[in-house]
Amino acid sequence: MDVNPVETILKRYDYQDSWLVAMLQDLQTEMHYLPKEALEYMAEKLGISRTRIFRVATFYAAFSLTPKGKHRIHVCLGTACHVRGAGLIVNTLERQLKIKPGGTTSDLQFSLDTVNCLGACASGPIVVVDGEYSGEMSSLKMEKLLKPYRKGKKES
Amino acid sequence: MKRINSVEDLEREREKIRAARDPNKPCITICTGTGCHAAGCYPVAGALREALRTGGIEGEVDLRITGCHGFCERGPLVVINPQRILYQRVKPDDAPDIVSETLKKGKIIERLLYVHPLTEEKIVREDDVPFYKLQKRIIFGNNGNIDPTSIEDYLAIGGYSALAKALTSMEPQQIVEEVKKSGLRGRGGGGFHTGTKWESCRKASGDTRYVICNADEGDPGAYMDRSLLEGNPHSVLEGMIIGAFAIGSNEGYVYVRNEYPLAVENLRIALDRANDWGFFGKNILGSGFDFNVKINRGGGAFVCGESTALMASLEGQPGEPRAKHIHTVESGLYEKPTNLNNVETWANVPYIVNLGAEQYRQIGTDGSKGTKIFSLVGKVNNTGLVEVPMGITLREIVYDIGGGIIGGKRFKAIQTGGPSGGCLPESLLDLPVDFDRLTEAGSMMGSGGMIVMDENNCMVDVAKYFMNFLKEESCGKCASCREGTKRMYEVLHRITEGNGREGDIALLEDLSFVTAEASLCALGGTAPNPVLSTIRYFREEYEVHIKNKKCPAGVCKELITYRIIPNQCTICGRCQKVCPSQAIRGKIKMKKPFEILPEKCIRCGMCSEACKFDAIEIV
Ligand SMILES: Cc1cc2nc3c(=O)[nH]c(=O)nc-3n(C[C@H](O)[C@H](O)[C@H](O)COP(=O)(O)O)c2cc1C
Ligand code: FES
Repeated sequence: MDVNPVETILKRYDYQDSWLVAMLQDLQTEMHYLPKEALEYMAEKLGISRTRIFRVATFYAAFSLTPKGKHRIHVCLGTACHVRGAGLIVNTLERQLKIKPGGTTSDLQFSLDTVNCLGACASGPIVVVDGEYSGEMSSLKMEKLLKPYRKGKKES
Repeated sequence: MKRINSVEDLEREREKIRAARDPNKPCITICTGTGCHAAGCYPVAGALREALRTGGIEGEVDLRITGCHGFCERGPLVVINPQRILYQRVKPDDAPDIVSETLKKGKIIERLLYVHPLTEEKIVREDDVPFYKLQKRIIFGNNGNIDPTSIEDYLAIGGYSALAKALTSMEPQQIVEEVKKSGLRGRGGGGFHTGTKWESCRKASGDTRYVICNADEGDPGAYMDRSLLEGNPHSVLEGMIIGAFAIGSNEGYVYVRNEYPLAVENLRIALDRANDWGFFGKNILGSGFDFNVKINRGGGAFVCGESTALMASLEGQPGEPRAKHIHTVESGLYEKPTNLNNVETWANVPYIVNLGAEQYRQIGTDGSKGTKIFSLVGKVNNTGLVEVPMGITLREIVYDIGGGIIGGKRFKAIQTGGPSGGCLPESLLDLPVDFDRLTEAGSMMGSGGMIVMDENNCMVDVAKYFMNFLKEESCGKCASCREGTKRMYEVLHRITEGNGREGDIALLEDLSFVTAEASLCALGGTAPNPVLSTIRYFREEYEVHIKNKKCPAGVCKELITYRIIPNQCTICGRCQKVCPSQAIRGKIKMKKPFEILPEKCIRCGMCSEACKFDAIEIV
């Protein structure tokens, strides 16, 4: 494992374990998931137990211990989106991608996650693909939205 | 920028900024809140800039990128000042016309105006649009007037004058008294009296005290804290500095939700700029008072909005709450006295200090003073953020401001208070909105989510939705919450699947009682509210699910059938094309209405979305 990115993050917070959540966030942003070796390395450098770091890493929804796909789909299941039928969109994606929320397709192309409100409730249901927001979504519009990504036309 | 060391310097700098600005110079403001962002405001901004350049009036018109104006439904929003002309649903192609017609010739572009849905009258000025007219936007209104990344904009509208007043002409205890007298109650959900909380923290023993801003905004369906932080971060920071001074704290934190990257960014910029100017750091405005703030991002756990869990998270621990035998104002972050307030609570502070408690008290009801910002969303025509005086009725919010229900459907319920709140029926539409009245009705003020539901929303499904949310978000530390939410979810789930049993309603009530009574924190303590309120007001709907195995609203998948209405079917074949499970029989050539095969239908709803003739019904 290349320890450089981990060291950079540790330095950024001066090896202070009170910033653990922030460090893990930076690591998640950098690697798109939290590799086990990186967590072990961090625990050692911070002088904290592995139990503590894994407890924190598994407690928060922002962290993933498994690699995510190239394209990340987030469907909002906040209340405002739910009452406008966001659940049907998730069902459709589950069927089409053959994965459950939290999962990644076997070719590592797509990850599907649900989130509780993205703060754009007025235009719900909201779907975010690789950081791009789309409002007033539906199952039918979803197919159209994903097409360019499937064909590999759109890079993340 | 050189640090400002006195109030006189501050006022001199403010005058300089104001003198350099001509209030009559045309200024286009563009809303770039999340709603407008999703609707494409940035291409519009680019097109306007380009049109100003090609029109040769680049230097004569200001273009200002602002935070959320609130009327998200009609975005992208563009306002032309000083006339305050509101153009809505603006597209990049409209930019040349806006420049050549409105800015150059002073003509109104009719097609971009808001049309009153009932009178069909075209409304020119922003303030005349009913959505805005009935609001009282004392906290949120400035969002539309300033560029959140410009501290000069904030100073130009009088920013940091409350801080100057507090630091130089008020004693800390006097500020606490003023906030107490104002009647301000916490906007984060509980409605705790802010001044009383400050006082307890101020009096707690120890040298180090912390103040924290709770920007975790966990209520799914609410985004006012986000929009305040994104659109007017200095107002929140100014409130925090005043509070810290009153309480006697030199160190603060803002705990922001991880899902809000723009809020974090704008807050960071605001903090840096305020630092440069000398509103943070040592000896603020020459008063001898020192204060610094750090920004922390949350990890995406609802429970971290709870005070003790939030503090655990700030310490780099899992965000689990602890029992509150000892209050956080005495022993909170790192076991030091800590005062936690919500974003909107902090933003009210400069307003109160400037205006005086007496004036502030004039707004609102006996027990709830001031305004509240709500996120009015769901099945309502004018979705967006609304700031209303306490005491306004739900009906005024939904119908007068919100413009009624989408598609002329029937109002069914309004959900307030997020996962800790409840669903209120039509018969309670005349309820005045304040902390105590909402609680009496079995709901809660909460942080300000207001989700409108119509006849096509199933109340059992809504209760199940919240219970699913809560069981996922329960941290698992105490058994009653961990197990209680799970069991309640299971019972609700079986009811929506058609496996409800006689006695299930009583069982839910039992589980509710235990979960509420025995849980460690308010997550479990209020978790039953969505269930109890729906049972209280929509019991019949539960009974139909349990006894008749039907979902009257047509939501619960196992209890509904999709059907094509033969004489409405135009035999176009669109439904068949989109059906993912070959459940639709028929051929265009046969000239016979299509048919859905119930045994193959997976109730995905694609056909009914594709049908342009409303020929598909749910029974
Ligand atoms: C489960 C749970 C979640 C909460 N989430 C939030 C939140 O997202 N934002 C917030 O300001 N308060 C939230 N609160 C309320 C806080 O615990 C606390 O009362 C509030 O931040 C205090 O600030 P205030 O007095 O200004 O309202 C939550 C409480 C509970 C029990
Ligand atoms: S509920 Fe989906 S964005 Fe808020």
